[in-house]
Amino acid sequence: MEKLRFEYSASQPIKQRAHVGVVGSGDLEVLLEPSPDPKAEVTVTTSVDGFGKTWQLVMDRFFSRYQYAVSIEINDFGATPGAVTLRLEQAVERSLI
Amino acid sequence: MIQATLLDPRQFLARKSFIELYARERAQALLDEGTYRELLGPFERLISPWLLMQGVVPEFDDGTIVARGKIGGRDSVILAIEGQFQGGGIGEVSGAKIAAALDLALEDTKSGQPVQVVLLLETGGVRLQEANLGLEVIAEINSSLLALRQHVPVVGVIAGMIGCFGGMSITASLCSYLIMTREARLGLNGPEVIEEQSGIEEFDSKDRQLVWGVNGGEQRYATGFADYLAEDDVEAIKRCIVEAFARGLPATHRSEQVDDYLKRLAAMDVSQQLPSSEVRKLWSKGKQV
Repeated sequence: MEKLRFEYSASQPIKQRAHVGVVGSGDLEVLLEPSPDPKAEVTVTTSVDGFGKTWQLVMDRFFSRYQYAVSIEINDFGATPGAVTLRLEQAVERSLI
Repeated sequence: MIQATLLDPRQFLARKSFIELYARERAQALLDEGTYRELLGPFERLISPWLLMQGVVPEFDDGTIVARGKIGGRDSVILAIEGQFQGGGIGEVSGAKIAAALDLALEDTKSGQPVQVVLLLETGGVRLQEANLGLEVIAEINSSLLALRQHVPVVGVIAGMIGCFGGMSITASLCSYLIMTREARLGLNGPEVIEEQSGIEEFDSKDRQLVWGVNGGEQRYATGFADYLAEDDVEAIKRCIVEAFARGLPATHRSEQVDDYLKRLAAMDVSQQLPSSEVRKLWSKGKQV
């Protein structure tokens, strides 16, 4: 198990908090909440060690597309980068409803 | 013997699978529209304190969803176990959520506001990382359930694909009414555990026909251990739940019929492995429902 942390500057507010996914094989859960500060903060707890670089790339790409000021907490159980991106997008979609 | 019925293709396509839903979605699907309200949800971050210490990723709801709302217009609470998380294993926190919800339902019921409790059981039993605390909390769940079922029926649903095993199979068996699908399984020891402990000659856990012939929903229904055999469909399962509550308290709960079960066991020839069809014949005789 490994814990990772990422931070980006962000300005766009979101409407509400959102929770998606489960901590099941190849999946993850995302807890997304509005941040009071102009930044996006992501903390990841993952069952798979040694993929910090991959997480960095996935997050860099995600926050190059979205500038939401959010606090995101992820519990990951071996999701692929594609699954991570989809869950993040799903969380954002729910928070904008 | 129950004949396997083939659904009309249009019916089959119109069906909404219950098994494919996550625990939270199952609770949402069963509660009347617009009545769903989650207690101690993921934002409370009530995680297991023991998993992180052992290098296991936790889940923010500890794998159990407590949902209030209405079923058929009546006050209800659904306790849904997420089978995808740690095989639905019961830990200290997830178990305490279930036991406390049962206690609150009892309090409400006693004060004249009866609550319909539905357990969505998808669990291998105790979460091994929390061994003793898991066992202890399952005992708490069972004692809370026993107290509650004196006043109102408690309905259990085992939909699959995890099934319901270990200590939680006792919980399932204490329910006033039990609903299963053909895909679901119920057993004290899981097939893999029996194989590991007693050898493959005793029980081949890879033999699906054997496993479902012993633990499967159809067999459990035919032998009187489950009260409803439902299709894997949200509406079908909801209908069974509504019907079960409408029946009120059973005259005697299954778990109170100990003498009858012991008599039947004593009369069985256990020197050889009985085929599931034979078990059905023996156990469906004088079936009490």
